[in-house]
Amino acid sequence: MIEVSKVTKRFGDNQVLRGVDLTVAGGRVMGLVGPNGAGKTTLIKTLLGLCQPTSGEIRIDGETILGTEGSYRARIGYMPQIARFPENLTGAELFDMLRDLRGEPGALDAELLRGFSLDGQLDKPLRVLSGGTRQKVNACLALLFRPSILVLDEPTAGLDPLSSAILKDRILSLRSEGVTVLVTSHIMSELEELCDDVAFLLDGVTRFVGPVAQLTAMTQKANLERAIAALMIREVA
Amino acid sequence: MSVVAKIVRAQARDAIRSRWLLGYAAFFFLLTEGVIRFSGDGPKAVLTLASATLIVVPLVTLVLATIHVYNAREFTELLLAQPIRRSSLFKGLYLGLALPLAAGFVAGVGLPFLLHGGGDPANRGAMITLVALGAVLTFSFTAISFSIALFAEDRLRGLGVALGLWLLVGLLYDGLVLVAVALFSDYPIERPLLALTFANPVDLARVLLLLKLDVAALMGYTGAVFQRAFSGALGPSLAAAMLGVWITAPLMLGARQFRRKDF
Repeated sequence: MIEVSKVTKRFGDNQVLRGVDLTVAGGRVMGLVGPNGAGKTTLIKTLLGLCQPTSGEIRIDGETILGTEGSYRARIGYMPQIARFPENLTGAELFDMLRDLRGEPGALDAELLRGFSLDGQLDKPLRVLSGGTRQKVNACLALLFRPSILVLDEPTAGLDPLSSAILKDRILSLRSEGVTVLVTSHIMSELEELCDDVAFLLDGVTRFVGPVAQLTAMTQKANLERAIAALMIREVA
Repeated sequence: MSVVAKIVRAQARDAIRSRWLLGYAAFFFLLTEGVIRFSGDGPKAVLTLASATLIVVPLVTLVLATIHVYNAREFTELLLAQPIRRSSLFKGLYLGLALPLAAGFVAGVGLPFLLHGGGDPANRGAMITLVALGAVLTFSFTAISFSIALFAEDRLRGLGVALGLWLLVGLLYDGLVLVAVALFSDYPIERPLLALTFANPVDLARVLLLLKLDVAALMGYTGAVFQRAFSGALGPSLAAAMLGVWITAPLMLGARQFRRKDF
């Protein structure tokens, strides 16, 4: 469960978040949408403690995360937008490094490993892997320690359609296992496939938070893409 | 094993496979080998190597370390999202780069001397001092690079600051000091000059090394003043302590920034 209330974040003169309120209930998938620069990545970084919010409150599973040592992060699997790893390590060494750091015997997700056909890729230096393959490594890394919360920043960017489908299937099967997911994407059809709820972020403010069906009904549109477009037009007008 | 040691091990494994680090070690190996072959392993060899060390070590360390911090930004964020403390992560990232860089230098300069039977025994003290000072400068300039890269968000700006700093402390410093001496020659300027020596880690290293070699004529202006001001072991001890400050001060500054920074 992720609870974000009245979170603001200012970088110098730049007020990126102006009041974000959202709750992702346990076992649900929430899609975070909004135009470029709306503050999606900043919000995600704030959840993970990479950024400290200027004001507001964030709770993970009911406990505040602000001012803590960050042990709550053991429960979160994070897939950053840009997958860049130490160039001269191999994928296998990267997984070993994380296992070693956490002192946990994290197991590679069997379903992803099979679907991504990563065999043979994990013994090569990460620098020679293609962007898509690195993104697959990124996905495996996020699932390495069986997290109860997943935070995915444009998870399918750079993946081929087959791998993208495998990852989405895995996200849905994890949801049925009770994993809570927060995911950003610019592909609305993808979010429609994955999400129970959607949060629409514009200029650092959550303008809509609720079930996908509620949004489409409210805007009287056939699908999420049209509904979000209608929201954006309404906000700009 | 502590979290810091684990990070160091993984980072060092990455660093020692880097072509840049191998090239850096090879450069010093070939240089040292060449110097020994052409001018023997006496004081002259140490002096030649010292000039190269005082220029190249700060330059390569500043450039490689600054670029490394910027390139590792995304991976640093991934590590920050793990349940580990920021202070541990900073120490691990710093040592994981400074140790391989220092090892590359020490191996590059040290190996040829070992291959040639350890060099001239009378000269061994100066040789060891040179290797140690190169390592100390590596630790200092790696710490400075971390600070620069953590404060400057823009990588071009950060690299510019790093190169500017190298120009200042590595190349222009003695010249600027001489200009100052010429301008203020009517005043008692020995004390300000001493302060200027202490304000530059490269100058400190040079003075320490040349005191060891006992070639005051080659010490530059600040070195000569330094030798006159301190007799016996006081001068070298003070200089060594000050070099320690040149490691810890930028390191503490960088660590503080790393703890507070919004990534």
